[in-house]
Amino acid sequence: MSVIVFTVILLLGSYFAGLLGSLTGLGGGFIIIPLLTLLLKVDMHYAIGASLVSVIATSSGSAAAYVKEGITNIRIGMFLEIATTAGAFTGAVLAIYVPTNAIAIIFGLILIFSAIMSLRNKVEQIIHKETFLSKRLRLSGNYPMNDEVIGYSVTNIAGGFFMMVFAGIISGLLGVGSGALKVVAMDGIMRIPFKVSTTTSNFMIGVTAAASAVVYLQRGYIHPGIAMPVVIGVLLGAISGSKILVHSSSSKWLRWTFAIVVTVLSIQMIYNGIKGNI
Amino acid sequence: MESKETYNSPVPLETNQQKGKPGGLKDKDMQLIIGWILRGGVAVSMVLVVIGGVFFVYRHGYSIPDYKTFKGVPDFIHSFGGIINGVVSMKGQAIIQLGIILLIATPVIRVAFSAVGFLLEKDYLYTFITLIVLLIILASMISGHAG
Repeated sequence: MSVIVFTVILLLGSYFAGLLGSLTGLGGGFIIIPLLTLLLKVDMHYAIGASLVSVIATSSGSAAAYVKEGITNIRIGMFLEIATTAGAFTGAVLAIYVPTNAIAIIFGLILIFSAIMSLRNKVEQIIHKETFLSKRLRLSGNYPMNDEVIGYSVTNIAGGFFMMVFAGIISGLLGVGSGALKVVAMDGIMRIPFKVSTTTSNFMIGVTAAASAVVYLQRGYIHPGIAMPVVIGVLLGAISGSKILVHSSSSKWLRWTFAIVVTVLSIQMIYNGIKGNI
Repeated sequence: MESKETYNSPVPLETNQQKGKPGGLKDKDMQLIIGWILRGGVAVSMVLVVIGGVFFVYRHGYSIPDYKTFKGVPDFIHSFGGIINGVVSMKGQAIIQLGIILLIATPVIRVAFSAVGFLLEKDYLYTFITLIVLLIILASMISGHAG
């Protein structure tokens, strides 16, 4: 396959990955890595590197918009970034020693988990009680919604913190944003309102990915010939996705389609991982 | 009995978002600057990646790349000095790589700016937290270099 054909296929594939990732909130990395490794037979390390770069681009681009709206809780983000960057550093170091077929299997498992998470019906429960840590760390905040200002506090900060270390390791090891795990930590464990947890998680993804990208960059995992079409495609796809979101809220069939696509992809990744083809 | 209004905001509204010393840097200003850094960083790096991409595809469009086995990156873009030399001589892959480095630096610059912002707000706890994050990224960078 010549450079020009490879670039065009990857640009188109990445565009759809970015579009789907943005519409479902799971990020483009989950489609990019199977696209590169299964379809285009690119080495796993190159795939992780390119995906990680695209994660930084989309997360930073959309975080810019959310931060301006004042929904993102910068203190919660900053505090939990200690956990995610430490995890990402660990994950990037682990990636050197973990065989690529094992990475493919872990990738498949996390992917299935994320698909289930995206289908789950969420129940919002806003906490108002301050704990010692939430007060000390000034994590409580408020956000605007329909002309109303909604106040909230957070709970189980230690639990959320450890879940974030895990999310960071997965992000560094697999080259994805691991948004689904961050959401588990933030709305599942710490009870942060959805609107705040999704935007704050998105805010943290860029720094988390950067912490492992600095390792990958120096190890030569980030190849310009692969990263270039991936980052351009994913970013354009994500921008289109955010434009669509303005008009229609994410519908059920879309989430189902995505869940089916990722389940097929994850079974493929696990199968190829077990057979040692990756 | 509590009214709906107070129930929705048991936390004083003047907490994180609006608090700030009079005349000092407020959280609101910090949000604006952070948004600006992120947007600017992504925009500039994407322009570089696109320009580099055009050069790269124009010159090497018909060569057959082999990404099936891991061989790292071409030597001339493996060091920062090499990338700069490559950019000066208008090499596509070097320009792309410079854009990618800038992209990776964008969230890190955001963190560094946050540290300054928290310091100006006299929020020493968060200045410290932010510095820890920067230190972890630095450690990661050094470990990658050593390996």
